[in-house]
Amino acid sequence: MRARVRFFQAFLLLFLVLGWEFSVRLGWVDAFFFSKPSDIAARIFEWFKSGEIYGHLWITLWETLLAFLIGTVFGVVMGLWLALAPTASAVLDPFIKALNSIPRVILAPIFTLWFGLGVASKVALGVTLVFFVAFFNTYQGIKEVNPVVLANARMLGASGRQLLQHVYLPSAASWIFSSLRTSIGFAVIGAVVGEYLGAAKGLGYLISQAEGVFDTTGVFAGMVVLAVFVVLLDWAVSRVEARLLVWRPEPGREGGTV
Amino acid sequence: MRSDASAPAIQLSRVSQRFGDYVAIRGVDLVAAPGEFVAIVGPTGCGKSTLLNIVAGLKPPAEGEVRIFGKPLAGLNRQAGYLFQADSLLPWKTALGNVMLGLVLRGVADGEAREQARGWLAKVGLRGFEDRYPHQLSGGMKKRVALAQVLILRPKILLMDEPFGALDVQTRQLMENELLALWQEDRKTVLFVTHDLEEAIALADRVVVFSAGPASRIVGDFPVELPRPRDVAEVRLTEDFLKIHREIWGLLREEVMRAHAR
Repeated sequence: MRARVRFFQAFLLLFLVLGWEFSVRLGWVDAFFFSKPSDIAARIFEWFKSGEIYGHLWITLWETLLAFLIGTVFGVVMGLWLALAPTASAVLDPFIKALNSIPRVILAPIFTLWFGLGVASKVALGVTLVFFVAFFNTYQGIKEVNPVVLANARMLGASGRQLLQHVYLPSAASWIFSSLRTSIGFAVIGAVVGEYLGAAKGLGYLISQAEGVFDTTGVFAGMVVLAVFVVLLDWAVSRVEARLLVWRPEPGREGGTV
Repeated sequence: MRSDASAPAIQLSRVSQRFGDYVAIRGVDLVAAPGEFVAIVGPTGCGKSTLLNIVAGLKPPAEGEVRIFGKPLAGLNRQAGYLFQADSLLPWKTALGNVMLGLVLRGVADGEAREQARGWLAKVGLRGFEDRYPHQLSGGMKKRVALAQVLILRPKILLMDEPFGALDVQTRQLMENELLALWQEDRKTVLFVTHDLEEAIALADRVVVFSAGPASRIVGDFPVELPRPRDVAEVRLTEDFLKIHREIWGLLREEVMRAHAR
């Protein structure tokens, strides 16, 4: 099953890449607008060989991780607070909804103005995206705590702080973790969009530079590097998630032995 | 006020509970002596669980008074352990982690808590299952872990809400016998809620019958004078058991019919 899926995936990829390559070579589509896979591969190889890509990758990774960490920590803390303090939650609810309704791209120029062309403005943009994902998931996770488990922990003598430690946080953890994979994607978007709109380094900057001179090969090469970058980050997060949530039953395996 | 050794373990006076306009129980008077095993039976939806939640202090009554060992109950009942009907184990903790939780919450040192929890798991027949998570255990095993989790704190009162309701008959009788054996050791006061009259008689010193809801009240209170120690499977076949069963069933049947008619 797994091998078959892998086979078809490889086949599909090969089909698309070859189709693209030959469409250009046979003159069906214009290489100026579409470039071609062999050129893109050569460009990526060149970037890594000359080492010029590493600086850009490093900056984007750094921005992504900072936005991810800061946004998640703020989101989780706010989510915990508002889920456990109904009055504060009721007061802040319209403000949070209003803030979340702002299209973040609009904020990018303002952040550039406030924080400059460097890393800080990209991190700020990423944080505005990541924060809400972490916040809403934590809030929901706390609200969905099993009332029987909660009552049981209280009967066993848990204080407020102990309930947080032993019940609320672990219960919300599965929600928080499922939000992490969405969050890392948003953090990348924040970093790249920020770089694209104004920066001196990073993958977004690289793509925007290529676009500026109608270098479609450079644009596609940047996109490929970015896609691989995101897949690797997502894989890393899912590994961490699997390690930390060992207690969770695998879907369809509820019930266990005897 | 000091708790009084000669006072009843549980004393409910004219206790009522309502949820919005719905009156769950009305005017309940119930006394349980220290060391007494009291079973509460009644048709489904008669407010039996409501009563346990009141005694546990999870939900204070709308009216009436609760005294625990002579002392009015305010907040959670610290003398009571509660075995819930639904799964109540913390799914993110192992069997051992669940059993030692109460001790950890009380600030007992980790090693000491671990040691005691191992002992209790062995006592409920789960040696070797320390590192399993609840989802890796069967229904009966989860109940054993839950029982150990409660008993490790040595509560003076044990509240049980249809704890074995979801188990198959064989597992259930096994668990009932084990419960009786554990209870025999130190004779806690037990309030055992069930809708199964046979289970109630087999286990308890007294069977209290609730009327059909809404506004349930106590309609019968029967002593069960069967010799102990008992085997729940064998005691069901004795003449005395059948006599008590007939007597209580006459009353309970009416209530069950009334509950169904609604």
